Amino acid sequence: MLLIRRFEEEAARAYAQGKIGGFLHLYIGQEAIAVGADAALHKDDYVFQTYRDHGTAIARGMTARAAMAELYGKDTGCSRGLGGSMHFFDVENNFLGGYGVVGGHVAVAAGAAFKAKYRKEDRVAVCFFGEGATNIGGFHEGASLAGLWKLPLVLICENNTYAMGTPFHRTSPSDTITSKAAGYGMAHDRFEGGDVEEVQTRIAAAAARAREGGGPTLIEIMTYRFRGHSMSDPGKYRSREELEERKKHDSVHLYRERLLKVGVAENEIKALEKSVEDEVMDAVQFAEQSEPAKTETMYNSIYAP
Amino acid sequence: MRRAKRASKNRNHVQQYLRPVVAMKTLRYREALREAMIEEMERDDSIVLMGEEVGHYQGAYKVTEGMLDKFGDTRIIDTPIAEAGFAGIGVGAAMTGLRPIIEFMTWNFAFVAFDQIVQNAAKIYQMSAGAIKVPIVFRGPNGAARQVSSQHSHACEPFYANVPGLWVCAPSTPADAKGLMKTAIRDNNPVVFLEGETLYGVKGEVPEEEVLIPFGKARIAREGSDLTIVTWGRPYYEVMQAADKLAEEGIECEVIDPRTLRPLDHESIVESVRKTNRCIVVHEHWPYAGPGAEIVDRVQREAFDDLDAPVLRVASLDLPMPYATNLENLVLPDVDRIIEAAHKVTYKA
Ligand SMILES: Cc1ncc(C[n+]2csc(CCOP(=O)(O)OP(=O)(O)O)c2C)c(N)n1
Repeated sequence: MLLIRRFEEEAARAYAQGKIGGFLHLYIGQEAIAVGADAALHKDDYVFQTYRDHGTAIARGMTARAAMAELYGKDTGCSRGLGGSMHFFDVENNFLGGYGVVGGHVAVAAGAAFKAKYRKEDRVAVCFFGEGATNIGGFHEGASLAGLWKLPLVLICENNTYAMGTPFHRTSPSDTITSKAAGYGMAHDRFEGGDVEEVQTRIAAAAARAREGGGPTLIEIMTYRFRGHSMSDPGKYRSREELEERKKHDSVHLYRERLLKVGVAENEIKALEKSVEDEVMDAVQFAEQSEPAKTETMYNSIYAP
Repeated sequence: MRRAKRASKNRNHVQQYLRPVVAMKTLRYREALREAMIEEMERDDSIVLMGEEVGHYQGAYKVTEGMLDKFGDTRIIDTPIAEAGFAGIGVGAAMTGLRPIIEFMTWNFAFVAFDQIVQNAAKIYQMSAGAIKVPIVFRGPNGAARQVSSQHSHACEPFYANVPGLWVCAPSTPADAKGLMKTAIRDNNPVVFLEGETLYGVKGEVPEEEVLIPFGKARIAREGSDLTIVTWGRPYYEVMQAADKLAEEGIECEVIDPRTLRPLDHESIVESVRKTNRCIVVHEHWPYAGPGAEIVDRVQREAFDDLDAPVLRVASLDLPMPYATNLENLVLPDVDRIIEAAHKVTYKA
């Protein structure tokens, strides 16, 4: 969680210095979900995310170096400089991409689940998306097929209250996302996402159901993003008080306190913080020093051989 | 009778535009669009505007800033992320008497609404043998911004210019943006209105008085005798820069901006080529097919005997847009590539 947090703080800084371009959607505030989910999954389960993808990719095992180099548009980046912030890919860790168009990837993730079922593999596909995405056709159609065919799919809605500048109550005709599950013939679960261990337990239950042939689950995890929708969004649509209140429930700080409470020594935590700091600074240096994205890569990756 | 009236109305629009305009003001491209929509909405209460973040957020690109305050949330309507849904709602409302303006946050996201635009909006008038009109404007930013990678960098004109039943506008200047938008809103057909994503901040002179720019009438942005360059939308600015540089070498370019890609003003283009005997077409969309190819086809058929060189095109490279800035710079048409093409057709290479 801390690595994701520090990584993104550094990315924001580099963005402000003009070293990173395009859209940069930060995950700060939602880290417990990516980390809890990863702890609940097997290494060979497939994971799909939206454009807010740094956290999930890193939780899956992407190195901070590969992630930062991608943001810098370098050849050493996880998508060799072609994808940028919104399109991280890490096939080795079965992270099958960040996607820029809201909702379309839900059906794609259902396709990965279809394959797992077809090949009778002990694998699930997990798809993350925001609450805003549950209004679009790609979500409905992907969910309908997954429910119909009992695909081993775990749909995780990270309900961070805002779809860009629009609060949940102005985008949804129902109070919860999980109320939609019945229409897709799916199991569902809904909870606050501040406690990383709870996230792990509850996603593990859904994954187990999927592995046993019980079909997909729609999980709604209540969370909050501390930054604007992207770096260009000042987030004026929400009050300072609301933000401050939510920051009191910051899972990164809460987990630190929890570690102290269960007897982990302060200097042990400090050492961990230092090593995370070093890892991020190393990633920045690596990104700075890497070769720019290559022209051949751009030409050679239009059609597969 | 009605036809005659329409024809004379059209002629009036042309006249109005050709009349020397005295009073001008400076507006940004986004302000010109906003002004057009506000003026039309004040005139006609059947116009509603709908899209993601158009109201409370004041528009993702601030085109609709202030409009919620002015018209309220019954006419400036925030939608969830449901492009196919709200495009379809727009079509149904248009069939039954409203004149909706549908904003897509960018045309990159309108692909999920493609079915509504192409299968319904464009075809209903003909399917109903002219019984049902669909007066709707689909609008939003088009083309690549900077470093937003492949899913966010489509120049969409070929997809829509291909479809009979749609009109397609791609204004490059604030004045054209305003005049074409007003015409689009008043037209009784579905209009695809492609705004340049990187043009919203561009300032330009816009007439104080009301101007409706007719569809299918090109603007000669610069007169010249050595070479015709046809362009629209964002690359217009690269072309104008290239034309300035070429003038220093003694190559005088005539720059023609068709402003609408359907209908396309072939006559003005061909007429210019007859004068200059050379032509290049500069566009942001992929080189494979599309309006660029359409223009070349027409020029070679109608001005073959007048051509002193093959017609060349400068387009984005034929690949999905990469993220890295060094690669992106290679993909988009730029001043150097335009000058290179100009040298080729004038045999100065
Ligand atoms: C089809 C489509 N429409 C619009 C957009 C523009 N857009 C990008 S993110 C976003 C808000 C998404 O909110 P949500 O799904 O709740 O996810 P969050 O960003 O909150 O994680 C919008 C409208 C898009 N990328 N794709």
